[in-house]
Amino acid sequence: MSAPVDSLSQPRFVAGDNGDRLLQVSLGPQHPSTHGVFRMNVDLDGETVVRLKPVFGYLHRNHEKIAESATYLGSIPYTDRLDYICSLTNNWAYALAVEKLAGIEVPERAEYLRIITAELTRLINHTAFAGFILGDMGAWGSALMYAFREREKILDLFEDLTGARMMCNYMRFGGCRCDTPEGWVDRAKKVVAEYPAFLDELEQLLLGNEILLARTRDVGALPAATLLDGGITGPLLRAAGCAYDVRKVDGYGLYSRFKFRVPLGGHGDCYDRIMIRFLEMRESLAILREALDTLPAGPVINPKVKVRAFKPPVGEAYARIEGPKGELGFYLVSDGSPRPYRYRVRPPSFINLTLLEDMCLGRDLADVVVILGSIDIVLGEVDR
Amino acid sequence: MSAAPKWIPPGIGLLQGLAVTGKNFIGSFFRADRMTTVQYPEERVTLSPNSRNIPFLVFDGGDPDTGLRCVACGICEKECPPQCIYIVLDRDENGKSLKRPKVFDIDASVCMNCGICAEVCPFDSIFMDQEYELSSADRFKGLLFDKATLAKSATYHAKIRPLEAAAVAERKRAEEAKRAAAQAAKEAKAKADAAKKAEAPPTISNARPAGGSASPPDLSPTRSGQESDPPKSTQPTAPEEAP
Repeated sequence: MSAPVDSLSQPRFVAGDNGDRLLQVSLGPQHPSTHGVFRMNVDLDGETVVRLKPVFGYLHRNHEKIAESATYLGSIPYTDRLDYICSLTNNWAYALAVEKLAGIEVPERAEYLRIITAELTRLINHTAFAGFILGDMGAWGSALMYAFREREKILDLFEDLTGARMMCNYMRFGGCRCDTPEGWVDRAKKVVAEYPAFLDELEQLLLGNEILLARTRDVGALPAATLLDGGITGPLLRAAGCAYDVRKVDGYGLYSRFKFRVPLGGHGDCYDRIMIRFLEMRESLAILREALDTLPAGPVINPKVKVRAFKPPVGEAYARIEGPKGELGFYLVSDGSPRPYRYRVRPPSFINLTLLEDMCLGRDLADVVVILGSIDIVLGEVDR
Repeated sequence: MSAAPKWIPPGIGLLQGLAVTGKNFIGSFFRADRMTTVQYPEERVTLSPNSRNIPFLVFDGGDPDTGLRCVACGICEKECPPQCIYIVLDRDENGKSLKRPKVFDIDASVCMNCGICAEVCPFDSIFMDQEYELSSADRFKGLLFDKATLAKSATYHAKIRPLEAAAVAERKRAEEAKRAAAQAAKEAKAKADAAKKAEAPPTISNARPAGGSASPPDLSPTRSGQESDPPKSTQPTAPEEAP
């Protein structure tokens, strides 16, 4: 007797709705194009996708339950590990929720530093996205390496400021953990000033490329109304022409002071999604230039907030920010103890993924990979 | 999809992209901003002074046993998010605290280098190291760092993080000066008191009156309109909870 084979991981035939014989392929969880350990069971009629069922949970780390047994402060390093490409925006969303819960004021300089770090994070995310999606289309290497080379410059800034490249653990309730080191602002200004040249280069590399156009134009498009019904946010929704940006809608932090535009797409296909991210990077750079030039002096943390034994009053709060991937929210319920009674994350990656099947139906299997790439997921956030 | 506004000969985008690849390829031989690879074991990048990795314990002076600043208060142990710190307070034979750790272990395989221990420590005794070559052949004992492994001198701290160490030294100096001043004031006061005592015989001046002036507190709760309800507990119900 041979050992039983895991039948789910083998391609097998299943019955379709009208009695057809469909080939079920398990894509992932270790496939390099599935962005981590995401798995989907794709039912194929020939090359065409007839059904697609995502299988979640390979990277489940109990984030929300751990946060209920950790102190409010102790959860900040865990939020770094949600969407590990954009740790600082995760920090900010969580800090914002606690500040709303406890009614904490944030000094002006800290708000500026938050905007600066969050916009740098957006640059990192969108740059890495451009590299990843090219990898999904088969252009391994060049684009990703160029993207990571530039990303490294921003990660160096983060290491200088926060002590770590990716797991920054920087925001605190009522401000930021530490002030900028000597010369940091000038270095940041230099990186921001040099970035547009790199973006020009990347756009020249990608956006006119006939292969990229053939692979992404009219692929995975859904009408804006469907996306809204599905709760999709972020660049995905804006690529379909719906002007929704939490930075404009809520004006959290001091975003209402800054002048920036919200780029909108016209078709909602994968090409628009790539294009939207390039345009957003230009707007982020405009915010960064303004913020770095007008960075006020002053304290970076509200001295009234206790670091240890922090206890917010009884209540609940939901705070959201415009993360690089969409609306990132934290919902907290406090019972007055040093640990949250309930801690819930609204992860943009996970919710944006819910319409994957609708985007992929009727497309080829090769398009599934591109559509998944264009959603821009991070499994740390999907599975939590 | 609407027609493209202007006709572009096919293949131009591809060639444009190839030009960028070529520029990067040639640049990777001589342009500093495109030569980013560091030949790691031979070459190393200089770390930022803020860069953090596994925590370490600071000791003053030459002896890591007696000079350890840690008083085993256990705050870091309690605040550590992944609970990787284990402390046992050292006691003498009478059970009196010696204000130093008998055991101070950090499990490096659990530690996530967040730096919260260093942030919450009120005694400036635990800081974040910059040592990153921590691999070990023994995954259990080799990664469980004990007190002797964790203890590093204050000079080492000043070397890796000059600014932070200087701020700590400044704070310590200020505290020392304050303590010395308080001590001097106390001694002067004691001297003055002794002089006063020598002048006049001691009297009990601030003894409390024996009876006590506080009236007994009114403990009867205001429960108008609640008499018909059966009491849910022995505790008096707060007025707001009344229906």
